[in-house]
Amino acid sequence: MSDRRLLVVEDESNIAEALSYVLRRAGFVVETVSDGDLALQRLQREHFAAVVLDIMIPGTNGFEILRAVRADPALADLPVLVLTARGQAKDRQLAEELGASAFVTKPFSNAEVVERLCAFTGCSQQES
Amino acid sequence: MLHADFVIIICLIYVAILFSVAFAGDRKARRNPGGWLSSPLVYTLSISIYCTSWTFFGAVGTAARDGFDFAPIYLGPVIVFIGWWVFLRKLVTVGRVHQTTSIADFISARFGKHPGLGALITIVALVATAPYIALQLKALTDSYQVLTHPAGAIVASSTILKPDYSVAFWLAAGLCSFAIIFGVRNLNVNEHHHGVIAAIAVEAVVKLAALLIVGLWVVLSIRGVPAEMFANAPVSLMQPADTFNVRWITLIFLSGIAVVCLPRQFQVMVVENSSERQIRTASWLFPLYLFLLCLFVFPIAIAGLNRLPAGANPDLYVLTLPLQEGRPHLALLAFIGGFSSATSMVIISSIALSTMISNHLIVPLALRFSVIPSASTQSVRRFILNTRRASVIFIVFLGFLYYWLSGTSSALASIGLISFCGVAQFMPGIISGLFWRRASASGVIVGMIAGFILWAYTLFLPSFGGMFFMPLSVIEGGLLGITWLKPYALFGLSGLDPLVHAVFWSLFVNATLLIGISLITEPTPLARLQSALFVDVFRRQTESEQRIMRRTARVADLRQVAERILGPREAVQLFASGQGAKRTVIASDDLLSQVEQRLASHIGAASARSMVSRVVTNETISVQELKRLAGEAEQIRAYSEELERKSRQVEEAAAELASANRRLREIDKQKDEFLSQVSHEVRTPMASIRSFSDILLHDRDMEEARRERFLAIIQNESIRLTRLLDSILHMNQMERGETAWPLELLDPEEALDQALESCEALAHSAGVRLERGQRAGPVQVLGDSDKLAQVFINLISNAIKHNADTAPLVRVTSAVRDGVYEVRIADNGPGIPPQERELIFIKFERGRYAGRSGAGLGLPISRQIVERFGGSLELAEDCKVGAEFVVRLRPVEASRARDVGEDAPPAAAK
Repeated sequence: MSDRRLLVVEDESNIAEALSYVLRRAGFVVETVSDGDLALQRLQREHFAAVVLDIMIPGTNGFEILRAVRADPALADLPVLVLTARGQAKDRQLAEELGASAFVTKPFSNAEVVERLCAFTGCSQQES
Repeated sequence: MLHADFVIIICLIYVAILFSVAFAGDRKARRNPGGWLSSPLVYTLSISIYCTSWTFFGAVGTAARDGFDFAPIYLGPVIVFIGWWVFLRKLVTVGRVHQTTSIADFISARFGKHPGLGALITIVALVATAPYIALQLKALTDSYQVLTHPAGAIVASSTILKPDYSVAFWLAAGLCSFAIIFGVRNLNVNEHHHGVIAAIAVEAVVKLAALLIVGLWVVLSIRGVPAEMFANAPVSLMQPADTFNVRWITLIFLSGIAVVCLPRQFQVMVVENSSERQIRTASWLFPLYLFLLCLFVFPIAIAGLNRLPAGANPDLYVLTLPLQEGRPHLALLAFIGGFSSATSMVIISSIALSTMISNHLIVPLALRFSVIPSASTQSVRRFILNTRRASVIFIVFLGFLYYWLSGTSSALASIGLISFCGVAQFMPGIISGLFWRRASASGVIVGMIAGFILWAYTLFLPSFGGMFFMPLSVIEGGLLGITWLKPYALFGLSGLDPLVHAVFWSLFVNATLLIGISLITEPTPLARLQSALFVDVFRRQTESEQRIMRRTARVADLRQVAERILGPREAVQLFASGQGAKRTVIASDDLLSQVEQRLASHIGAASARSMVSRVVTNETISVQELKRLAGEAEQIRAYSEELERKSRQVEEAAAELASANRRLREIDKQKDEFLSQVSHEVRTPMASIRSFSDILLHDRDMEEARRERFLAIIQNESIRLTRLLDSILHMNQMERGETAWPLELLDPEEALDQALESCEALAHSAGVRLERGQRAGPVQVLGDSDKLAQVFINLISNAIKHNADTAPLVRVTSAVRDGVYEVRIADNGPGIPPQERELIFIKFERGRYAGRSGAGLGLPISRQIVERFGGSLELAEDCKVGAEFVVRLRPVEASRARDVGEDAPPAAAK
């Protein structure tokens, strides 16, 4: 049985709530955090199957977290879905360079986020 | 013979008639300057002063001696007048347009109003004219003596008369008084001498009539049939081969030049000219006059040769022939004719030269050495007039002196042509001045000095035959015995007639130096300007200096100068009209030029410029104007300067473009950032809305409470989105200054209460304690209560939202301190790092602190609103814990508060 624990790093409480709801319904175990520093600590301490990462967050921003994750050998393979309102090409490019597994811009389709995370974690997709 | 007293009485009567004509002319001119006084006929008759006693008596003499040799003296002027279109028209037009006072003024004005040039021309003219005047005095004295000689005409004319210098002296004195009375009455030379000109015209008629009557009498009564008379003519008279040689051509050339360059000719032709119509008529009428004058030259000469004894002086045939035939009254008529020729020449010459002497010698010297009395305006005018009167006396008596010293010398016979050659040295200057833009003052000066020296050396001094200044040894052996310096064979050029030789060398060297030096010298800006005005006189007659010169002078100084020369009445008129009427301290360019022009017509261009320059503080010629005036070679220079200027402009424009480009790129970058920020701010609430609406669409079996919560979120986020868009638009409007809020009196405390109430719920849900501290009493400020409440809500909710303390607290206080109402909103949150203190007030700048505020527009908008109310919003600097924002507004005093309805501060009007 695959690991279904996800970390959602998102400072907008409404978006965090929506994501939690959707992902839980899809069978994931969802933890949310709204601060960059806190998110990095938890990633280093705990085990997650994948991360949903916002870029513009208080504390260490999303790109820095991604860089730190990829720099950590233990986390190098962690699937990271960057979910951001910064939709410009250069942001996407930077995210990919830093090793993001997927790049989704806000507003997002719930189904797409679930689909991507399922693909990363190897779950069979349920009705969303 | 005629009795001396009778002759004198006749002469006095004749002079009295001339006086009355001159007087009437002046009186008529004062009442009505137009009319017959400025008619082409009078103008043409005045030009006939070209025919002096030298030609009146001498033409017959020359014809008797050398046949057709007398003709070139008339042919030269005839050619010049018939071809008037080529040269005379331009000369006269320039002279009229520039209100020239003399030939010296004309040339010096053309060459940059050069004072030295004017002085040089005056001296040359004086030296060349004095002998000529002596010649007139001699003719007058001789003819008087012949007429009154007790031994009879024949004896008198065949013996060498001992000149009666007392007669010459009294004649000279009489001529002086006439010239002074009618010629030097007014300072303004250009205010034509109508009276004198009228008298001169009468004299012209008299001398022509006298010669014609004598001629007719000779033809009709002595010989009867003209053909028979010519048959009896001596062989020597009709030998064309001997006559039409180089000398003949040279004489035509020289007399053509003289009719223009003689100061008296210039005076009547150019200075006294008032319209082109005059010169147009003169172009045919003057040749006709000369033709009539020559008509009986041969008959009289032949009759004289046949009738009078062999030793008789042919120069006096006109007089002696009637005497011989027992017609004393006819002789008296001839005498009056000769008298007319001589007097008119002396009068006009002395007037012309006195103007030149006073304007180009005395006034400039007086200006330089500050001799001109400065006490009153009248004394300056009197000073100048007196110098002119003294000059007249000086000139006539110089002629008398010359006659006295060389009276018995044969030199007088050829002095007319010697004078011609002397004044011919002006010709290269005049022609180049009118037709060659490049001609320069130094070229003219050097050329003229060289020509003058050569003329003196090769013609003038040798003509005394060793009696004066130049010893015979030099004439025959050359200066210091050097043969190629022989006056009559300079540089080995021998075998020529002395006159031809002198004309060739003086004019050749003069013109060559003029051209050569002009080509290598750079004209001054003023000379360049004057050259354009002279050379292109027909193209831009209306162009005047004032548009080109840029000068500055005080009106008071200028007025003083004008009064000194023009006299108070004319000065007042000048300053009261047009430009002068304006009550300014600094004179305009127009006024300056007007004054200078008026002064120039009194004292000549060079002196006028000198006088005006004394009060001018700075003087420049606008380069642009000069360029516009410049032509041909000048234009090339102007073009290249223009090109340089243009290329400089292009470089400047390129630099400007580059910097504008940089600015644009910067703005573009800012715009990109702004759009990126805006899109981010829009995408966040949109993300919530889309996500929740997805959920609601797909989860049909959701419990009611959750569905409602999700719908509420969608609604809230929609509102947030709308508010965001409003803020962006609002911001944009405020930045463009488009928003017009009516400002009203309000109590800010009420707005603050309202804000606190609105934030109560937020604080409660965030677990933040909202503390209401000490508050100010009722106060009045100008503003908009909704906007002010919005500002307070923004600040309080920011403080609540960003407070991460374990015991979060937001404290709101207000007070009136030092007459200023202030609200403080403090929290015990993380505070704002010093480097972000100002950043947070810049839109979309998202520091650590602002990063959480959502739109990133709240603080910038709040600040703009408060500033619009005349207040301020800033971060308190001294807070130790958290952040403290301070809003300050200026309360309106009760007294002003009442009428603020009508008298809103400027901010309201925007």
